[in-house]
Amino acid sequence: MNIRTFISFFLMGLILVAVQIFLLKNLALFGVALCFLYLLIILSLPVSIGHIPLILLSFGIGLFIDMFYDTMGIHAASATFIGFIRPYWLKVISPTGGYDDSNEPTLKEMGMGWYFTYAVPMIFFFSLIFFSIDQWGTGGFFGVLNKSFFSSTLTFLLAILVQLLFFKKRRGI
Amino acid sequence: MLRILQFLYSLRSFLLFVLLEVVAVWMIVSNNSPQGAAFFNSSTALTGSVLKTQSDVVDFFTLAEANKELTEQNAALLEKLTRINPASDSVTFELDSAFEASFKFKSARVISQTLRFAQNHITLNKGEKDGIKPGMGIFNQDGVVGRVKTVSKNYSVGISLLNTGLLISSKIKSNDVFGSVNWDGKNPDEAKLLYVPRHVKASVGDTIITSGFNSIFPSGIQIGTIKEINPGKEQNYLDILIALSADFSRINYVYLVENTQIGELDSLYQQAEIRNEY
Repeated sequence: MNIRTFISFFLMGLILVAVQIFLLKNLALFGVALCFLYLLIILSLPVSIGHIPLILLSFGIGLFIDMFYDTMGIHAASATFIGFIRPYWLKVISPTGGYDDSNEPTLKEMGMGWYFTYAVPMIFFFSLIFFSIDQWGTGGFFGVLNKSFFSSTLTFLLAILVQLLFFKKRRGI
Repeated sequence: MLRILQFLYSLRSFLLFVLLEVVAVWMIVSNNSPQGAAFFNSSTALTGSVLKTQSDVVDFFTLAEANKELTEQNAALLEKLTRINPASDSVTFELDSAFEASFKFKSARVISQTLRFAQNHITLNKGEKDGIKPGMGIFNQDGVVGRVKTVSKNYSVGISLLNTGLLISSKIKSNDVFGSVNWDGKNPDEAKLLYVPRHVKASVGDTIITSGFNSIFPSGIQIGTIKEINPGKEQNYLDILIALSADFSRINYVYLVENTQIGELDSLYQQAEIRNEY
């Protein structure tokens, strides 16, 4: 990771977090579909990033979002989990020939089919953990599933849209 | 020994993961108790000022509506005032201290709030500097909104009525039967009225107001109206669903109420060894 990709990542993260806090925080489609677009930061970090920095970063981002949501620790707990399972999941679904060191797991680099198998389960597990903690003790597993399903659908669709519109495909080396 | 260290080293990312999850869960738990001291939240200087700027911009577009609501309420208050202050020729009595106003009111603006979680909070633009204290009740012209949880210098965070952890002592207006209003975490327009015994005759459409028993709210502030009554799953109580009168999706300006005698009441309760549950 050179300094240029680092800076562009940093800016992207900043913008996504700002969008999450200012716009998506108040959005709840039909009362069930929330959008966790900031997961895109964790999802599109380069493949070569170390496991420990990844977990720490996920925790930090989650905590920062929590401060604005007043849901102390819930985003942090779920985001940390995503950061933790990401390398294992990447290994499971690695394409034939493995990854390049400079690979980023984004839509434009890896293609739609791969990206779907990569992102959807991660986002769904995030939502599942998030809503399970949030609804803890209020009962209603169906409500949790319902919210998770629609939230992860919305998040995934928005993630695809953002990547199609704003992510540039890197030119060949 | 070296082996153990090597083993632990090979597990380092898993251990870090577990550690961070424990930290997160600890934060969730310590933040969840209604009285608990919350640390990072939206009342800190950074988050507070960011949210305030956002709300400044958004509020600009709802000014007309907010103005209309305020004038309507002013009119209602003026009408009440004329009823309380009789014409000057009638006899006036000195009020006994028991009837003295023991409530102080303040106003604030909501700069941020959530609706879609099981534990919702609201952030207000006033804090310690303006005399806001933890435990004050929050309401608006329509009804009860919540209770202040933590206060920073310039901002404060309240637990919304839409929070499964908040119970509000209330009564049915028509027959003075007491109960507790608690949100069940499902629909932001509805809540439950708990602990109403089965023999009580309540009917759909009855108004629910605060009882004034938990010394947070004065009695008589509206909470909602009864929407549905069912025999509850529990043997002894009715299952009452109420429609909340405050519209949480567009709360803008709120009032805060402080019971000035709460210190005295608390120490009295302590002497009598009654735990004051909020």
